[in-house]
Amino acid sequence: MNAWLRRIGGYAIASAVLLAGWQLLSMAIGSQALPGPIPALSDFGRLFFSDLLPHAGISAWRVVASMTIGAAIATPLGLSIGRSPRVDAIAAPLVFLTYPVPKVVFLPVLLVLLGIGNLPKIALITLIVFFQILVTARDAARGIPASAVLSVRSLGATRWQVFRHVVVPAALPDIFTALRISTGTAIAVLFFSETVAGSEGLGYYIIDAWSRIAYSEMFAGIISMAMLGVVLYELLEVAEARVCRWTRVER
Amino acid sequence: MAAVSVRDLAVTYAGVGRDVPALSGMSLEVGDGEPIAIIGPSGCGKSTLLLALAGLLPADAGEVLVGGEAIARPRRRTALILQDFGLLPWKSVAHNAALGLEVRGVDASTRRTVVAEALERLGLAEFAEAYPGELSGGMRQRLALARALALDADLLLMDEPLSALDALTREDLQNLLLGIWQQRRHTSVLVTHSIEEAVFLGRRVVVMSPRPGRVASIVDNPGMGEEGYRETAAFLERCVELRRLLAAEGAFRDATLAGGVR
Repeated sequence: MNAWLRRIGGYAIASAVLLAGWQLLSMAIGSQALPGPIPALSDFGRLFFSDLLPHAGISAWRVVASMTIGAAIATPLGLSIGRSPRVDAIAAPLVFLTYPVPKVVFLPVLLVLLGIGNLPKIALITLIVFFQILVTARDAARGIPASAVLSVRSLGATRWQVFRHVVVPAALPDIFTALRISTGTAIAVLFFSETVAGSEGLGYYIIDAWSRIAYSEMFAGIISMAMLGVVLYELLEVAEARVCRWTRVER
Repeated sequence: MAAVSVRDLAVTYAGVGRDVPALSGMSLEVGDGEPIAIIGPSGCGKSTLLLALAGLLPADAGEVLVGGEAIARPRRRTALILQDFGLLPWKSVAHNAALGLEVRGVDASTRRTVVAEALERLGLAEFAEAYPGELSGGMRQRLALARALALDADLLLMDEPLSALDALTREDLQNLLLGIWQQRRHTSVLVTHSIEEAVFLGRRVVVMSPRPGRVASIVDNPGMGEEGYRETAAFLERCVELRRLLAAEGAFRDATLAGGVR
């Protein structure tokens, strides 16, 4: 409980510092395009239930769906690649060739193929998260100590049992780290894809407010997007603490 | 029955650019219920031999028999304890101890009973829910033993199991290993770097020669297991004898290179 209080307190102090900096910056610049936190927050409160929450809900569902699908495919695939030198010999060059390609460039193609609804956005974010998790899972699987595998094999474990008891749990902390890092990329790509097509989601809301020159509403949208990121990050943190409880014990 | 018979065994590793013979023409007989210790200079293939005995490494030539059967894959009642104990940090103490049983499809309630007994015997009962990361080195080693006991192993293969421990804990665990062997009379193959440990825990001590590994000599050690053996003149004599044999195999070559004392 104490840890929770400290955590919330940390967020409170960090928010206060950010808000103060924001206030100072907006006063220094003195432009309509950068309103101070007070009008932005009052719009945030006024529009929270009517506009922001529905848009945020759609955005959240897009990101969560993408990250879930991406991780669900990339984790087993990456682990298998990392565990098998033969598969790795073919798969690794393939991954290295495709990983640095910025996947956002495929958004126009996805829009043509999949329309302007949820599908192209989820596909794009999934693609990006997929590669980040794939590379992490492969490296994690390669780094598993041989002795852990040997001792479980000596007990008569099958390949599948080695996977279940050794490879997957050993890689999980790394997978969670990659997921937490990819929330940032995922939300950035979400914003981009929502501004390009469709009329739903926080990205759309922000760009719509911008075109209406409703800058404090725009910042209410930006605050919502930031909060979406924080909530996702914290949820992953909580999930990791539960799933990887053993990493929290120290001697 | 777990008599071990190694006949003309050869194992080669694929190294960088060339193949490295780890064992060549290795032959060894270990009687059922006999504890032996294996000692030799670094790179003499001791660990390779253990992996082959565990059925984890294919032989290039020759064969390994345990209880009269050729070993090609891990055997049901063989337990292998590696230097870092082979514990899984993500599983609780009880779960680690139960892993062998689980892998072999033993049902959960039997697992619980057997594991509780093994943990109790090794003084780990109150740590059943802890993770290996919360245990001391000596306790981790006892947990690895508990896993072997839970399997009811009749052949215990140990690769420098105590080398990561401090001197006092090590001696404590040497006594524990001896005590367990005296109760259970399993076949035991202990690979060690420590001359004293080999003499304390091996009824015979096998000295191996380096690259490719084979048996250089075997020292009989009939006093092993006697009360207070560690303090006897016979114990010291065996140690001195082993030290000479090891020097002949080049185990202390670094010291002579530096012009040091042999």
